[in-house]
Amino acid sequence: MVEILKKEILRSDVRNLSFSYGDKKVLKNINLPIADNKVTALIGPSGCGKTTLLRCFNRMHDLYKSTHYEGEIILFPEGINIISAKLDPIEVRMKIGMVFQKPNPFPKSIFENVSYGLKVRGIRKSSFIKDKSEKALKQAGLWEEVKDRLHQPATSLSGGQQQRLCIARALATDPEILLLDEPTSALDPISTAHIEKLIVDLKSTVTIVIVTHNLHQAARVSDSTAFMYLGEMVEFGTTNQIFTNPQQKRTENYITGRFG
Amino acid sequence: MELAEVQVNAARPSSLAGVRNPFQKWRKLKEKIIELCLLTSAMTSVVVVFTILWILVSESIPFFQHVRLIDFLTDTEWTPLFEQAHYGILPLLCGTFLTTLIALSVAIPCGTMMALFLSEYATPFWRETLKPVLELLAAVPTVVYGYFALMTVTPLLQKLIPSLPGFNVLSAGIVMGVMIVPYVSSLTEDALRSVPNYLREGSMAMGASKAQTALRVLYPAAFSGISSAYILAISRALGETMVVSIAAGLKPNLTLNPLEPAATVTAFIVQVSQGDLPHGSIGFQSIYVAGLALLILTLVFNLFGFYLRRRFKETYD
Ligand SMILES: Nc1ncnc2c1ncn2[C@@H]1O[C@H](COP(=O)(O)OP(=O)(O)OP(=O)(O)O)[C@@H](O)[C@H]1O
Ligand SMILES: [Mg+2]
Repeated sequence: MVEILKKEILRSDVRNLSFSYGDKKVLKNINLPIADNKVTALIGPSGCGKTTLLRCFNRMHDLYKSTHYEGEIILFPEGINIISAKLDPIEVRMKIGMVFQKPNPFPKSIFENVSYGLKVRGIRKSSFIKDKSEKALKQAGLWEEVKDRLHQPATSLSGGQQQRLCIARALATDPEILLLDEPTSALDPISTAHIEKLIVDLKSTVTIVIVTHNLHQAARVSDSTAFMYLGEMVEFGTTNQIFTNPQQKRTENYITGRFG
Repeated sequence: MELAEVQVNAARPSSLAGVRNPFQKWRKLKEKIIELCLLTSAMTSVVVVFTILWILVSESIPFFQHVRLIDFLTDTEWTPLFEQAHYGILPLLCGTFLTTLIALSVAIPCGTMMALFLSEYATPFWRETLKPVLELLAAVPTVVYGYFALMTVTPLLQKLIPSLPGFNVLSAGIVMGVMIVPYVSSLTEDALRSVPNYLREGSMAMGASKAQTALRVLYPAAFSGISSAYILAISRALGETMVVSIAAGLKPNLTLNPLEPAATVTAFIVQVSQGDLPHGSIGFQSIYVAGLALLILTLVFNLFGFYLRRRFKETYD
């Protein structure tokens, strides 16, 4: 599987990762390379562990009790193991951004939302914060729509705009990897198209891992795709190969819509 | 009403549609009676409020035929029981404000921190242990707090400030604050817990610490509910009587110095109503006037609280 990506530079590498909630083992021995400045899609039927895998990358599971990781997720170029118990989860989250299924702007102004990450990192220089926030909003394709209303509440934006704000919020701190968990599942088709275009545009600056239920979306935006089933990584390859020439029967069944 | 009808219809099997149900009439009557009972009990509170208001106003009117409103509002002495009577409400309001201010500066920070701890940090063990203790704090009779202020807190404070008189505002205010802490903490905790988890996760995912999340996201997100907690605390403090009567000295005093004795509006009312002033005398009427002033004050704060709740309302689904 990994051969396909030999030519690529790796941003991260998941090695023999297992994860359990209490006694319930949800991820079983996952291996997955994440190429630098590419989009990697995670697909699979509901409950197969896509969200669980994604949340390992920024140690979200550490917020809850009796969650347990095994194996490694190496982050390059540092070469650190993200899930090492010795590493402070906050340190990890500073490097890795996340956008959730449902837009979750803070009940603050648009500007306070984008600048939140910089503020919690102790950055006080207002000119720097301003520039960074503007840049992030531009990257997220939201600047033109909000530049005259930066101090209005973020909740006054439409759902699609809120989600782009959440993307901008994550981008403002220059994350090494951006995690997207079904970022368009709560949005209308136009907002979805907008965000899909954004994802493709962002590739040049950030590595993206996206979970999606929408196979067309995976085909449209991603470079490589991983198919998961019941907590296992069934198949991984370039998106083109997974969708046109799957090697595994289960993958084929899933992408042709025979189950899932 | 409508609900009652729907229930009646639903209870009737469709095959029997059209057949007269002998119980139907009785059922409808029963619903009516229940509705009337509920309405009556709801109205009771309205009636009580208006009765109190009416009594206060009607007893105050003869007072203001004796005392000019301007004197009432500007005179700096309140000595209705003296030969040389003065009826300036300012000293009492001043005492009320001062004790309230001290109480709030204890209750709001302590209560808020306690709530943040209980809702965001505490393990189940600590939550289960602390909450009953806080409830106990709220169950202690206020007269006990009064003597606690007088006999324990004042002597302690006197060790720090030797010139402190035995009756003083500081000690009463502090103890009143402790008394109010459980109200603040429990309402604030409820407000914090009702903040949806996706905001917590969103903040933590940005690399924020727990404390940053609590202070920068959760506190503002819960502020509508938290403002109710604070307004309740203010109302409690304004209306508190026992602690100040016992520990603050019952001496109307136009001062902002917490190290002096003073009297609050409520303390004065208790003092006079226990005395042997004849009904209808101007001294006796003065307690209604004082009560009316306090009621208006409390009302203003409640309206302010209403505004705050609306202003900071966030709807989560
Ligand atoms: N907090 C939790 N505690 C226990 N089990 C959990 C928890 N969260 C998820 N699971 C279980 O872990 C498995 C994987 O869940 P996960 O949310 O990762 O699936 P998913 O692939 O993202 O599904 P979906 O496509 O529906 O979002 C499921 O069986 C789920 O029931
Ligand atoms: Mg999921």
